[in-house]
Amino acid sequence: MTERFAGTDRYIATDDLMMAVNAAVTLGRPLLIKGEPGTGKTQLAQEIARSLDRPMFEWHVKSTSKAQQGLYEYDAVSRLRDSQLGDARVHDIANYILKGSLWEAFESATQPVLLIDEIDKADIEFPNDLLRELDRMEFYVYETRQLVKARHRPIIVITSNNEKELPDAFLRRCFFHYIRFPDEATLQRIVEVHYPGLKKELLAEALGAFFQVRETPGLKKKPSTSELLDWIKLLVAEDIDPQVLRSQDPKKTLPILHGALLKNEQDVHLFEQLVFLNRRVR
Amino acid sequence: MLVNFFFELRKGGVPVTITEFLTLLEALRAGVAWASVEEFYFLARTTLVKDERHYDRFDRVFAEIFNGAQKLFEEIVANVPDEWLQALAARTLTEEEKKKVEALGGWEKLLETLRARLQQQRERHQGGNKWIGTGGTSPFGANGYNPEGIRIGQAGSRNRRAVKVWEQREYRNFDDTVELGTRNMKLGLRKLRKFAREGAADQLDLDGTIDATARNAGMLDLKLVPERRNAVKVLLFLDVGGSMDDHIRICEELFSAARSEFKHLEHFYFHNFLYESAWKDNRRRFSAVTPVTQILRTYAHDYRVIFVGDATMSPYEITQPGGSVEHWNKEAGSVWMQRMTATYPRLVWLNPESPQRWEHTASVRITRELVQDRMFPVTIQGLDSAIAALRRPMGRAGWGTLMRASEPPPPP
Repeated sequence: MTERFAGTDRYIATDDLMMAVNAAVTLGRPLLIKGEPGTGKTQLAQEIARSLDRPMFEWHVKSTSKAQQGLYEYDAVSRLRDSQLGDARVHDIANYILKGSLWEAFESATQPVLLIDEIDKADIEFPNDLLRELDRMEFYVYETRQLVKARHRPIIVITSNNEKELPDAFLRRCFFHYIRFPDEATLQRIVEVHYPGLKKELLAEALGAFFQVRETPGLKKKPSTSELLDWIKLLVAEDIDPQVLRSQDPKKTLPILHGALLKNEQDVHLFEQLVFLNRRVR
Repeated sequence: MLVNFFFELRKGGVPVTITEFLTLLEALRAGVAWASVEEFYFLARTTLVKDERHYDRFDRVFAEIFNGAQKLFEEIVANVPDEWLQALAARTLTEEEKKKVEALGGWEKLLETLRARLQQQRERHQGGNKWIGTGGTSPFGANGYNPEGIRIGQAGSRNRRAVKVWEQREYRNFDDTVELGTRNMKLGLRKLRKFAREGAADQLDLDGTIDATARNAGMLDLKLVPERRNAVKVLLFLDVGGSMDDHIRICEELFSAARSEFKHLEHFYFHNFLYESAWKDNRRRFSAVTPVTQILRTYAHDYRVIFVGDATMSPYEITQPGGSVEHWNKEAGSVWMQRMTATYPRLVWLNPESPQRWEHTASVRITRELVQDRMFPVTIQGLDSAIAALRRPMGRAGWGTLMRASEPPPPP
């Protein structure tokens, strides 16, 4: 084993995440990543590709996606149109086979990284339809009677937001990692990576306020890492003095520029109520 | 050792298969993790556990096995002659470290403290609380001495950190016996969806079009189909007031989840038990009531019925005419419940109280009998079973039988 993924200058990986990635890379198994939204699941694949210097293929799954679309699609409608227009292309069916991301990854000259993003968005049968493809890294094109085999087993990263249960047979074939919400020390490193040279006090105050917001019971959507990064960006852009953050008692006022942290009106409302109550108690 | 680990995991409720276990061995042979318990822990977790809900169970089993090894080691250490340790220390410690040892009162004192500490720890283990105290010899960590191995002067602190990782049990929340939030409820309820095509034909039916075009000798013949919609119909009955006040939050969550998941959702409120009327608006509960006979007439038998209530009351409120705490009911609640189950074969009762308390409350037992054992707790697992029960008509297995069936068979 020559290469090991150890995070990058833009991405802080915890020990357990590194282990999961390295195990998946070494054994050539897909890696299934779950976690709260905004903890960098999708970014992980991009950073693996960048740090190991591999080409990257992405397949973003939607609720209408079919497993077949990742392999290839047969464009019957344009063939039909061509046949009615008398186009010569119509005689070769291969002209109407559109390659999917999985096929392109299989054809890559060096070992690629393939991201299958948000697999839980698709139909419940979707993962089952990919079992053989992920296991043997090959599939059959019926229209042209051709077997497509991976030249190099791609490093496959699959992300899920837990909206659907994934079938057991599928899980058996994957390595699994759950990205936990980072603790304060890790979060500090993450912010440092994104905004190097940020004023120490500002960072400390911002993190303090952020965790306080996160721990408020009853929030509908807890702010996550990506929201924190956006918020800090705003704080820096507005040149907020750390003094202002400190002097603000989060129990008495809404956090400054809260729009970046609280993403729905119920949560803002909840905060306003808490503030109101706290003021009244005093 | 590892085979033992595998069986312990299965016993501990982590669904591990042989294939996954072989994968772990393969990874170990490939050298993905070596020489560190922490690495082994991470590797084992990523290969064997496929659901964050099982992380906690995995941690527990891992701690158990790891502690076993550790306990054995502590006994050995406690019996090691002092000279051995001193000799070993003299060989491996740097001058600076030796000075630090002196600063702490010399070897004699250090070892004495260590012994006392180990003794204490063993006692604590015997006391049965295995979650605290295993890493408690931290003063020795500064000197490179740590109870997980006589690796004097090595990076032993990594190990100690790992002990914390699985002993902190940070994944406790994810175990699927905890109560759930709206999102999980929506996912649970979503399993009840039944799609049917209805309404205006406005989507292109590709297969149909190709088929029709081929039949039409190659001239395009477009076919359209209506969109697929969720066709499940649900009647929701919610208990309000009294003992249900403790469960308001979970009921609200369930209600809002159901609201967004089902197009055909009708809800009614009742107090303690269902009698001749229910109401749709709690503010007008005395002026705008709906007779249950009208509900039975209006909603056809293909509606799924979900009752939510703790069913905790005096048994007379169910079995006797006039038992209601609020008004004089001519017919007993049980009669009305029997009418409901007769009209709606797909009916369940969700009980926010924990199942351990069901057996001890007479009214819960009676209600369970009335709904033919279709009472389920409001947890992910319970909701899943409830939805499964709603998919088939009454008369099949309920929560009690399901739980009995899922218990492992007794050892031979």
